[in-house]
Amino acid sequence: MIEFEPTEEQTLIVDTVREFAASELRPLARESDESAKTPSELLARAHELGLVANSLPEEFGGGGSRSALTGALVAEELAFGDLALALAVLAPSLLALPVADFGTAAQKAALLPELIANASCAGTLALVEPRFDSDAYRPRTRARRDAGGWVLDGAKCLVPWLFGVRHVLVLASAGESLAGFIVPSDAAGLKVTPEAYMGVRALPLVELGLDGVRVPGDARLGGETSPDLRALVARGRVGLAALGVGVARAAFELARDYAKQRQAFGAPIATKQAIAFKLADMAIEIDGARLLAWEAAWKLDRGEDATREAALAIHQVRRVALEVADGAVQVFGGHGYVREYLPELLLRNARGFACFEALTLV
Amino acid sequence: MISFDPTDNSVQARAWYRRMALEQMRPISRKYDEQEHALPVEWVDYYWNHARAGAPGSATGPSDGFVQVCIQAEELCFGDAALYLRMPTAALGGSAVAATGTPEQRERFLRPFRESTHPIWGAMAITEANAGSDSAAIQTTARFDAATDEWLLNGTKIFCTAGEGASQVEGGFVVVWATIDKSLGRGGIKSFVVPAKTPGMRLVGLEKKLGIRASDTATLVFEDCRVPSGNLLGRPPKPKSESETPSEGTRGGDKGFKGAMATFDASRPIVAAMAVGVGRASLDFLIEELGRQGVALRFDAPPREVTALERDVIDMQAELQAARLLTWRAASMMTRGKPNNLEASMAKAKAGLAVTKITQKAVELLGPVGYSKKLLVEKWMRDAKINDIYEGTQQINQLIVARRILEYSSSQLR
Repeated sequence: MIEFEPTEEQTLIVDTVREFAASELRPLARESDESAKTPSELLARAHELGLVANSLPEEFGGGGSRSALTGALVAEELAFGDLALALAVLAPSLLALPVADFGTAAQKAALLPELIANASCAGTLALVEPRFDSDAYRPRTRARRDAGGWVLDGAKCLVPWLFGVRHVLVLASAGESLAGFIVPSDAAGLKVTPEAYMGVRALPLVELGLDGVRVPGDARLGGETSPDLRALVARGRVGLAALGVGVARAAFELARDYAKQRQAFGAPIATKQAIAFKLADMAIEIDGARLLAWEAAWKLDRGEDATREAALAIHQVRRVALEVADGAVQVFGGHGYVREYLPELLLRNARGFACFEALTLV
Repeated sequence: MISFDPTDNSVQARAWYRRMALEQMRPISRKYDEQEHALPVEWVDYYWNHARAGAPGSATGPSDGFVQVCIQAEELCFGDAALYLRMPTAALGGSAVAATGTPEQRERFLRPFRESTHPIWGAMAITEANAGSDSAAIQTTARFDAATDEWLLNGTKIFCTAGEGASQVEGGFVVVWATIDKSLGRGGIKSFVVPAKTPGMRLVGLEKKLGIRASDTATLVFEDCRVPSGNLLGRPPKPKSESETPSEGTRGGDKGFKGAMATFDASRPIVAAMAVGVGRASLDFLIEELGRQGVALRFDAPPREVTALERDVIDMQAELQAARLLTWRAASMMTRGKPNNLEASMAKAKAGLAVTKITQKAVELLGPVGYSKKLLVEKWMRDAKINDIYEGTQQINQLIVARRILEYSSSQLR
């Protein structure tokens, strides 16, 4: 049956996360952007909440309730608080979910207990490459077989690198397929360089240089089953689409509240159609984009190929998040341009969706 | 639970209506686009004899409720939006009777749509030359004649969809909005059922339009047109002579203006679904034609290889699906009995504009093939545009959405 009501359980989770985003993320949004730091206590509190662990297998200490749809609901709420902090809080899933989905029994046993129990972020994922045409499905980073193991060469960027990273899942082209390799963060030939971007400044991001990085044969995610990881791209896009909806909603609500309170010519500017209609369009576009993200997530939960739906959702969100954030800056006028208010931060963050791939997973 | 899985009933209905769209509607699309005011007899007869009762399916089993109605509308407008509007049904007039009529009125006016031996139509007449979106400004009057227990209607209505069939074919009816007391403003506006062929109701013209040409868009003149008091929809208002408080007066006996406006919450998702149907006709054809020309569309293309064409088509698909899902959401809320005024206007605003642009883009991308009358792509562009105008223009729906999200009354946000 076609329905649009979250389950009771999902509603409960959403309420909890919304409260968490309001009390823990939003108040830190400006300060952490300025300092370009994610407070480590925040990760500890998110870990207590079990945001990531909840969707990991029970046998390794997780909650066992995996749902891309629930993940999308959670992601939107967190990003409504702050995008950079939301990405940081969800970062432990970057290695944990692919291992849970594709890992060999040995990989799961070796990595999941630590990823689930540990409050710091012990694993991360590297997909995007520092090129104008970074291709999620066909990385230039290549993996070639050598003496029973693999050798990785290439470069990655936009890799979340929170305190405590011990393993990075490097996505590379192995022949024609998209493969993942679990690389220790101190591997020889791996060069880690901190990066800074226009937005998501609070999230520690690094560039990775891979110069003949050697890993053993069992470092390939999924081992001899050689899984094609294209599905991970869709999981990333659905998560990012939901985050983008959260950013847009934050911008919309700020603009709406400001427009009702800001007086011009003796009346709130929200009483002018030029402003009111802009706000109406924002609300419509946000809801439309959210439903596309939900549909893609729903498809993932059914175990079906969601490449198309995820592509449509992220395509829409890239436009909507940017337009709505830009609209919020415009509604705030000069105040939208100064760093005393959040719209300029939201605009910088929203632009990032144009190049983000797999910075989060559902 | 959030789910995009249609029930078996919806799946069957979709297939049944799609087949009708392709086999019964498409072959005569061009013919009745060109013979603008001709009655599409083969379609009208087919619908009346074979489709009136709805899709064959189980009455049991879960239903998508109002979403299924939207799916039907989408499929039929995927066939032909103008022929959809020409279907012999009670249409919007029927919605008004169903929403605001008494049980006796529902039985009296809607029964012929089940039992008549020939096709009949219902219609709603609201718009006047100087009252479109501002429907509270209508000038058509209804005066009560106590001597005969009748209402006398006077005025001129334009843009009445299905107005020819509804006013001229015995058994049908037109629901006419008129004011019983201009000093009451909106509160004075009531709706009256005027049966076809009632003396004093005259069909004086049919519009020649950009698109949806097979749909009869009528101008109706009412000159001392008499209908029995029992044709005022809802319970009758108390006569003015009895003392009453103004608030009772504004509410009248029936649901009045607000009740009439509430029918839009039900009709806007349907119009949005109709729009999606036309948009899908264009988009599906575009994708098929590109495929025939060896252009495959990729959702995972390397960024430097994505063509402008691919990007446009992805955009069209995302826009169409966003419109469809907003429509289903508004419809789903109807099924659950939840207020959906905001969501209905969101869906209508999104679908009307998205589909206008999608169908225009399809003509552009197909070049002379799209522009040519050999195919229907140009027709779908003309047909689509009305969806951003009727049942509340884009701007009126933006206004409704804006008032809702800002929690402003109609006097605070004009």
